[in-house]
Amino acid sequence: MNSWTNSGPAISGLNSLSSNVSPRRAASSATRLAAYGLICVLLMFADQRGNWLEGARGTLQAIAYPIKVALYSPIEAWHSLGEMLAERSELQRENSALKETVAQLQIEAMRRADLELENVRLRNLTETTADVAERALPARIVAQEFSRLRRRVTVDQGSNVGVYVGQTAVADGGIVGQTMRVGRRSSEIILLTDPEHAIPVEIQRTGVRTVAIGTGRTNLLNLPSLPLQSDIIEGDLLVSSGLGGIFPTGYPVAIVTRVVKSNSSLLAQVEARSVARINATRHIALIWFKEDHAAAPWTETKSP
Amino acid sequence: MMYRLRIEGRWRIGLSLALGVLLQLLPLPAALAAIRPPFAILMVIFWALMAPRLAGIGSGFAVGLALDVYRGSVLGQHALAAAILAYVIGRQHLLLRTKPLFEQALLVGAALLGYEALIWLIEGWLGQIRGDWTRWLGAIVGAIVWPLLARLPTGRLPERT
Repeated sequence: MNSWTNSGPAISGLNSLSSNVSPRRAASSATRLAAYGLICVLLMFADQRGNWLEGARGTLQAIAYPIKVALYSPIEAWHSLGEMLAERSELQRENSALKETVAQLQIEAMRRADLELENVRLRNLTETTADVAERALPARIVAQEFSRLRRRVTVDQGSNVGVYVGQTAVADGGIVGQTMRVGRRSSEIILLTDPEHAIPVEIQRTGVRTVAIGTGRTNLLNLPSLPLQSDIIEGDLLVSSGLGGIFPTGYPVAIVTRVVKSNSSLLAQVEARSVARINATRHIALIWFKEDHAAAPWTETKSP
Repeated sequence: MMYRLRIEGRWRIGLSLALGVLLQLLPLPAALAAIRPPFAILMVIFWALMAPRLAGIGSGFAVGLALDVYRGSVLGQHALAAAILAYVIGRQHLLLRTKPLFEQALLVGAALLGYEALIWLIEGWLGQIRGDWTRWLGAIVGAIVWPLLARLPTGRLPERT
């Protein structure tokens, strides 16, 4: 079958590269290449400039969605198999541990009622960090892409329930990212840790505003634009500053874990760990904001 | 008869290209993903080499577009590079087929490097470079697995040119 792989004498008449195919076929394949090339360039142009292709991409993404789910199903199956095979004793141990946690949480919940009363009183004083979420839509992560260069997850909610591009996604007590592409029944979320993502933040202790960039590493953010003399220490909480009109004001983003101030650079090297642990959760929530709330993201429609 | 063989051939080609795309996109740990051969592109090369009248620029375009959609890269960049790759392989298929497997593998590696360089150029032109140095590993691994891949049966094809 593959006799031609051992230099076949049958085609030894070949002597130059261009005599490979007949001129007529060569010309037609060159024309086809030119046509496809033109299509590609137009596609790239349309995709890059202007959002003419958002609709088309939504459709393509809808087609790709079942494939994504299929690709991840072996992993999903492996997980559920592991759960099924977990031993009885282990489950019992886990059960008793959970009961203990529940008891503890109940005690804390009682305290929480008290705290909430206090919170209401404080909220009347300042509205900035109040509850600006009007609605939170839980969404399940169906696919994830964690590499040094791309940190994205795909969730199972899309434009058919009103998800929009640039919507804030939260999980586990902090912001995790924003929707980047929205298909009909799924959307892709770019995480804070994606190297292409930047979120405007504020150091809660001092009120200094800066920008946190993703590093491509798990849960790690980078604050590249703080001067050496800036007042920042390990343990500082970074909250979203609300600038930029995408994220709300005052939501927890990350905690500073490392500050290096070396004389060889004009800027401090600051690393922060995101509050939300995206790699440890299967669910996130997409947030709609109360439009007229002081802490809601600023949008053009709100301008007076 | 010829007609039926064409249809059957196209089915086989389409399915194997789809399988290649799935294999290339299957989520793997980062260390494994870095040394995964670019299956989809290898399939494009394979068919452009073995059946240049049935598969070529169009299949390259389709596979590239699928990669673009799934990876969320700018639509058309993988498609353009894969179409050009298929064109080059299709033009030189007779010459390539006469080479011994080892030499063929080297040339396929070179073609894969060229493909990656094209993607890299387009990304640079669009202002969003995505890969680090591990992107070039794919070409080397692709060249290493080529001798195995080249032995895959093509089934009956309507032509042998």
